[in-house]
Amino acid sequence: MIPAAFDYVRAGSAEEAIRLIGEHGDDAKFLAGGHSLLPLMKLRLAQPSVLVDIGRISELSYIRDAGDHIAIGALTRHMDIETSAVLAEHVPLLAHAAGHVGDPQVRHRGTIGGSIAHSDPASDLPATTLALGATYVAQGPNGTREIAAGDFFQGFLETALSADEMLTEIRVPKMQGAGWNFQKFNRRAQDWAIVGVAAWRRNGDSGIGLVNMGSTPILATSVSNALSQGSSIADAAQLAAEDAEPQSDLNASPEYRVHLAKVLVRRALEAC
Amino acid sequence: MTVTEERPASVLGQRLLRREDPALLTGEAKYTNDLNIPGALYLAVLRSPYAHARITSVDVSGAASMPGVVAAYSGADLASLWAGPMPCAWPVTADMKNPAHYPLAVTKAAYAGDGVACVLATSDVAAHDAIEAIDVTYEALPVVIDLNEALSDAVVIHDELGTNKSYTWELKVEGHEGQVDEAFAAATHTVNEQYVQQRLIPMAMEPRAVVAVPQPYGGDMILYSATQIPHILKIMTALTLGIPEQQMRVIAPAVGGGFGSKLNVYAEELLCVALARKHAVPVRWNEERSENALATIQGRGQIQNIELAADADGKITAVRVRLLADMGAYLQLVTPGIPLLGAFLYAGVYDIPAAYDFSCTSVFTNMTPTDAYRGAGRPEATYAIERAMDTLAAQMGVDPVELRRRNFIRKEQFPYTAFSGLVYDSGDHDAAATKALALADYDGVRARQKTQNVAGATKLLGIGVSTYFEMCGLAPSRVLASLNYSAGGWEAATVRVLPTNKIQVVTGTSPHGQGHETAWSMIVAEKMGVSPDDVDVLHSDTAIAPLGLDTYGSRSLPVGGVAIAMACDKVIDKAAKIAAHQLEANEDDLEFVAGAFTVKGSPDRSMPLAAIAFEAFTAHNLPDGLEPNLEAQVTYDPPNFSWPFGTHICTVEVDTETGQVDVLQYVAVDDCGVQVNPLIVDGQVHGGVIQGLAQALYEEAVYDSDGNLKTSTLAEYLVPGASDVPSITLGHTFTPSPTNQLGVKGIGEAGTIGAAPAVINAVVDALSGLGITNVAMPASPHNVWKAMQAANANPGNINPGNTKPGNTKPGNRGATK
Amino acid sequence: MKITVTVNGTSHESDVEPRTLLVHYVREALGLTGTNVGCDTSSCGACSLHVNGEAVKSCTMLAVQADGADILTIEGLAQNGEMHPMQKAFMENHGLQCGYCTPGMVMAATSFLKENPNPTEREVRLGLEGNLCRCTGYHNIVQAVLACAAGN
Repeated sequence: MIPAAFDYVRAGSAEEAIRLIGEHGDDAKFLAGGHSLLPLMKLRLAQPSVLVDIGRISELSYIRDAGDHIAIGALTRHMDIETSAVLAEHVPLLAHAAGHVGDPQVRHRGTIGGSIAHSDPASDLPATTLALGATYVAQGPNGTREIAAGDFFQGFLETALSADEMLTEIRVPKMQGAGWNFQKFNRRAQDWAIVGVAAWRRNGDSGIGLVNMGSTPILATSVSNALSQGSSIADAAQLAAEDAEPQSDLNASPEYRVHLAKVLVRRALEAC
Repeated sequence: MTVTEERPASVLGQRLLRREDPALLTGEAKYTNDLNIPGALYLAVLRSPYAHARITSVDVSGAASMPGVVAAYSGADLASLWAGPMPCAWPVTADMKNPAHYPLAVTKAAYAGDGVACVLATSDVAAHDAIEAIDVTYEALPVVIDLNEALSDAVVIHDELGTNKSYTWELKVEGHEGQVDEAFAAATHTVNEQYVQQRLIPMAMEPRAVVAVPQPYGGDMILYSATQIPHILKIMTALTLGIPEQQMRVIAPAVGGGFGSKLNVYAEELLCVALARKHAVPVRWNEERSENALATIQGRGQIQNIELAADADGKITAVRVRLLADMGAYLQLVTPGIPLLGAFLYAGVYDIPAAYDFSCTSVFTNMTPTDAYRGAGRPEATYAIERAMDTLAAQMGVDPVELRRRNFIRKEQFPYTAFSGLVYDSGDHDAAATKALALADYDGVRARQKTQNVAGATKLLGIGVSTYFEMCGLAPSRVLASLNYSAGGWEAATVRVLPTNKIQVVTGTSPHGQGHETAWSMIVAEKMGVSPDDVDVLHSDTAIAPLGLDTYGSRSLPVGGVAIAMACDKVIDKAAKIAAHQLEANEDDLEFVAGAFTVKGSPDRSMPLAAIAFEAFTAHNLPDGLEPNLEAQVTYDPPNFSWPFGTHICTVEVDTETGQVDVLQYVAVDDCGVQVNPLIVDGQVHGGVIQGLAQALYEEAVYDSDGNLKTSTLAEYLVPGASDVPSITLGHTFTPSPTNQLGVKGIGEAGTIGAAPAVINAVVDALSGLGITNVAMPASPHNVWKAMQAANANPGNINPGNTKPGNTKPGNRGATK
Repeated sequence: MKITVTVNGTSHESDVEPRTLLVHYVREALGLTGTNVGCDTSSCGACSLHVNGEAVKSCTMLAVQADGADILTIEGLAQNGEMHPMQKAFMENHGLQCGYCTPGMVMAATSFLKENPNPTEREVRLGLEGNLCRCTGYHNIVQAVLACAAGN
């Protein structure tokens, strides 16, 4: 319940945050909303020596219409995404998915950037932004770079961010009227998904992100390819787990996860 | 003057709002961990990460030198503080094996979570930092998790016992032993089922907390604890630590739920008191949730085999039960008795002959000790008989409700002397069932099933019924004696009319959410003709309420509440003497109505209780030989258990593609006799039902093969939330208990007892067309899916209704001659 | 580290260790023990209080993160000795038994109604998904929140 001791520094800007994380080295961690990191620290599963608090960098909390995409500051809270009129109009799948993260209290504190940078495969927003073909903007000592969501998630809790980089913005293409659906299958409403599906479809195009179907968020490209080649939804959904390597845990065996993915992908696509 | 004053409307039965609530709602209530105790040292306990290991060395020096640390101790360091091992108050058989169990293990850890060392520090933070610096070396040993493996003694957990078997306890009906075999031989239908009661973690929202405060000079000690049992804890602490009992005072402040988990004597309570004595400073400990999952008792944990024999009409002719019960690593306060509390209930609410054969064998395992969890033995028994009844009904092709009706003990048979010799006080099972069936639209659901559960359907409708008895109101002391329980089952009450006609009630019950202050004030108001607002209820402090046996087993109202009513009677008797003296009337000519004594037929000759109370106080003019003051104490030993009953009906829809069970409706019709406060009764049923439903659908303490608890937090152990459970439709019937003057029965456990079988019966009913006859609890989506896989389910093979004889899968699930 | 927070309308300056959780700060430094701790995984919601008008789980926030914030705990909800309508609704609907989850439940419920003043029963249940209760089965809690919403 009580985290191990650490030093705490507060950054007033992205530049300062990057400087501070550089100064404090490998054991330092960014603290945004804290809803991924603090639970681990309370159980002493994480024991960073320094926390760089970026939660007060208010210029990184925004949702802006940027023409072909919506730009979301990394420190934008789930609740703000859930209730954003801009997102409701242009990226309703993301707004909807954000409303399924944790519970209201978590959504009042947790941020989209924190969730994506933590890259838990069981989280809703990494897979959802992956499905939407988002681009993430990282800022480091040498400036900013864009990372495609498809290149970002590299392993369990591992991302393309280097130690001195910070996620600053999430760019999500407008959905242009695509049909969409979000399936979150869990035991209790507050829980992580056992399997989740974020899907959109427009004409022959589609994007399907799978939650908790491997060590990273998974893009079900086999399903999308089959659909674009004219497969029926029912047939394409059978390929749902082709790109996945589901784990076993308290709630599901890998076989059950594969089964669920097929059912939920089919249901999601049917509702798109 | 014409006195037309009539007896005011009864206080009993009103939905009076709870007086407990404002303090709880505003944050002013003080739970144990809220107490501000200047100078207290904080205790933290280092727990074994191994489920079974020899402790080869414990080096506390690293912790002892850390900032803020006052002392660090191994189990061996503290061995001299214990006058005896931790108590088990229920040696159920003369040869029961009970390993010595001390607050800290010395040579061996027997479960993951067993305390092996501790730290005292000036802050909670320092204490928790320091336990990480204690160096313990372990020699890991093979782990026993499976109950049948435990029984094999391939690995013996407690070397000194030579076996993992604690006891075998049997209930056979004297003089009728041969009848069981005869009945099975003669039966038209038999059922032979095995059910697993998974381990559950009680998870009261308040984890445990303890503060031990030595008093200046003389050795007195106040122990504050988040406990259900301050009185029992006082005695046991005194015995275990060798403290003269009169020097121990135990206070249970606001307590945040218990459900049986705080019905115990725990290592940390003894550690705090022992170390507070040793260091002559207050010592406190508060439990973290993940610690609570390991170090507070767990519940259930049984493998049940139940066999029913029935005649051609489905009338039950014999019941045979074999239990294998999981004690965990040690016997806690009442661990061994828990399965036996259900021993009498495997015949359910049914009229069966004396052909009853029950046996329970209990084993030690390398897991957290089990003990009482809401219902304690009775939910298990009810589950087994109610599931088995559905199996029999399916086998016979009769409606499960019809089969139950054929077997109900009829209303006119009460009081009913059961095969066991126990007398069931009152009941009307048919009325409760009829009401529940109407509320649940049972016939309508059955009709919908015919159209919904068709070939290809992916949402299958199911409806499940359970009819239950709750043997509660623990307990007649003589019955407890026959079960070798080490204490009685009485309850004490004092009713004291103060000089200003306000009333103090002292009760030995110890509420932790049940609303005793409100309910007891209503009983006194009813009896004494005062407003409930004029009644104060004192409890949960052994210095203020020195006599009592506390709160568990749905006993508080039918034992403690009745004791209060009886104490009121005694006060009224004494007041009558004073009134007679003052009114110059014969005591027999007085009547006590609406708080005043009046001479029958002479309404102008009246004396209110207020005047009598003042007379009793001044003692200026009392009858010769009568003691001053108006107060009476009663210790009430109930002549019988109380037997609430009811019918629960659950309607579910099962998603055959995912295994998800959605509860569409839950109907609970409960009969707890006369209701003191229906608001509180409803709340008890709601909460009880959801805990039972949670066992059926959500909760399970999962251990891996190394004995690690995988569900040690509320993220993994699935206590359901508001959005995961249904609203509940309640109904009540009212069949007063004839064994007590209030006509009341207990209600705290009823919901839990009725719920799990109703839910699982509904799930199995929904899936019956797929050839599924049982689903393991919890009926999680994964478990339901596995059951469908195992049955090689194919939605195209749905056989709606599944009520034709012989529709169950062939094999070992039962037989029809 | 020095922080300044306003709690229930009163400004406090405190020196806290960075690892001090907000819930421990309000309970131990300020003596406001109405906010309870029920778990260690941000699951149960017993520690819910308001930070700048919104319910958060104070076990999952460092006191240093609350520097400058306006905090409302259960002790600050009643005004002039008069319980908040939500507190009254909980009492009138028997929405509590042992009371341990209650402060967090009430704080979550008041925050929820600000965001959704006219909820359906299902919305209430989902709005309280982050708060666990072991006594009531939620039935009367949900009724209390609906009653409070209707009263507003």
